[in-house]
Amino acid sequence: MILTPEHLVIAPILIPFITGVLLLFFEDRERRLKASASILATIALLMVSIELLQISHTDGGRVVVYLLGNWPSPFAINLVLDRLSAMMLILTSVLAIPALIFSLGRWHRAGLHFHTLFLLLLMGLNGAFLTGDLFNLFVFFEVMLAASYGLALHGSGLLRVKAGLHYIAINLAASLLFLVGVSLIYGNTGTLSMADLAIRIPQIAEENRIILESGIAILGVAFLIKAGMWPLGFWLPTTYTFAPAPVAAILTIMSKVGIYVLLRLSLLFFGEEPGISGGFGSPILFFGGLATIVFGIIGVLASQALGRLAGFSVLVSSGTLLAIIGLTQVDITAAALFYLVSSTLAISAFFMLIELVEREQSAISNVLAVTKEAFGEGDEEEEDEEIIGVAIPGSIAILGISFVACSILLAGLPPLSGFIAKFAILTAILNPEGGAISSASWWLIALLILSGLSALIAMVRAGIRTFWAPAVALVPRVLLIEIVPVVMLLFMTLALTVQAGPIMHFMEATAVSLHEPRSYIEGVLKAPPAAPWQMETEE
Amino acid sequence: MELILSLGIGVLVGSGVWLLFRPRTYQVIIGLALLSYAVNLFIFSMGRLTINAPPIVQAGVEIDSTTFADPVPQALVLTAIVIGFATTALFLVVLLASRGLTGTDHVDGRETER
Repeated sequence: MILTPEHLVIAPILIPFITGVLLLFFEDRERRLKASASILATIALLMVSIELLQISHTDGGRVVVYLLGNWPSPFAINLVLDRLSAMMLILTSVLAIPALIFSLGRWHRAGLHFHTLFLLLLMGLNGAFLTGDLFNLFVFFEVMLAASYGLALHGSGLLRVKAGLHYIAINLAASLLFLVGVSLIYGNTGTLSMADLAIRIPQIAEENRIILESGIAILGVAFLIKAGMWPLGFWLPTTYTFAPAPVAAILTIMSKVGIYVLLRLSLLFFGEEPGISGGFGSPILFFGGLATIVFGIIGVLASQALGRLAGFSVLVSSGTLLAIIGLTQVDITAAALFYLVSSTLAISAFFMLIELVEREQSAISNVLAVTKEAFGEGDEEEEDEEIIGVAIPGSIAILGISFVACSILLAGLPPLSGFIAKFAILTAILNPEGGAISSASWWLIALLILSGLSALIAMVRAGIRTFWAPAVALVPRVLLIEIVPVVMLLFMTLALTVQAGPIMHFMEATAVSLHEPRSYIEGVLKAPPAAPWQMETEE
Repeated sequence: MELILSLGIGVLVGSGVWLLFRPRTYQVIIGLALLSYAVNLFIFSMGRLTINAPPIVQAGVEIDSTTFADPVPQALVLTAIVIGFATTALFLVVLLASRGLTGTDHVDGRETER
């Protein structure tokens, strides 16, 4: 069989799905087999994603459409590959490989079906990035969420179940909002294909516009809950803190799914021909984003435990991205995409690092988030879990260096990619298309710099407490297989820094095609159905 | 028919939201179930309410779209029901685990002090 690019588009969904389902047939005792199968699957995913990125970037940006069941557009449920979705696919697999390697240290033994759940989560993520149909997006969201419920509860335990209960209840309610939004949009436009919607929304009659807009707003609330916008994101830090470390590392991209969808839909629906609904919702995104940054800053400064600090860093990153989407300017969007990649890698590495650093400390002290001094030193000696494997000599040095690298990335200091991302955002804001900088933009600039400062203060405080002045000096015993993923992710950010030029050019091209969605819309609506089977056997 | 359906959806949403904000996990899950019924009916109503208009195309007969029920919302409802059922079942398991671990059916895992 000949694999045309159109067929390769569905591979990021099929690879984790088939592998994950096949692994169900083996008992959990066969860990080596399960682990190698899922690692191979994620490596295959990475290779396919890189190939897809190259396809999408050729000829000044191609839009590859896969028509499921070979129905003609716009009736087919389709998968659409463009630069943005290819980039998100690569980011997913780049995060998945280290998280999976990390879990081999101990976490994949902590409960049943870790690998299957993990692969199904990847399937849901990839599907959400690829789909070009609103209802299909709902289905992939549910696949992703169902897997994440299992993973967030992986390893069980009182605190995890308590946090998981809230997480599931909130997301079930959010899914219902998603459905209401989708059905309102369908009732008004008669289509669910995103490209078709982009054409039909400006043509909606004036008297029906209010219903359509409320439908889109309800849909937006569902995504904002996922992205963690204030005041919809109170669940996020708690859930991420209590999730097992490799799961938290991959969950960092789950909050970015909400951002991805908001970015894509807002520019697709209200971008090209603004019409009456032009710029709908962008002030809410902007000011909501600012409020999220403020809430995140307060949370970062108030966090005593490292896990919560990382959880609130996710909120700061989400808030920054939301505010930038609200600004809807091409060059700022390009910088924001770079920031998205950089901050996701950094926070993901940080979540895994935290688990290693805090391993020797009692589980309760991480969880209660009380000051360490007040908590006393008695609990420090408790070792609640047996230590597997040999300690690396100098592990504390590697952990310390990784911690410093994470701090630099989160605070946005040179020389790592966090600085380039923030610098690019600030440059873009300070050189607006119209000439004058609006007062709203000044607020964003101030908050961006403040968030960096607060991250630096919090990280320095936590670093001194953990590495220089612990109540009981303990050398964390970590396996090589657990420190390697953290270093891998940090090297990825180093690569982002070194290759910043070409990557920024790619992001700019992505942002331009996002802001002028004509090629996306035409690519989808004019996609030819695949040739019948006889053609391929002849060749 | 429109009035009865909208009243039904309204009552389901009202009771569902009220139950969702109650402190017992059982009330929360019943609230979520009621809300999902309401949402399913709502999706259904988005295809316009029609009677005796099955979406069956006969060969040789010209299609008049006004005499057909819209089949898409029906397909959407089926998917939504299946997914909603599965996630509610999953939530039920977590609810039982929480009851077993904390010894209480309060959503926060401990009773509020009075």
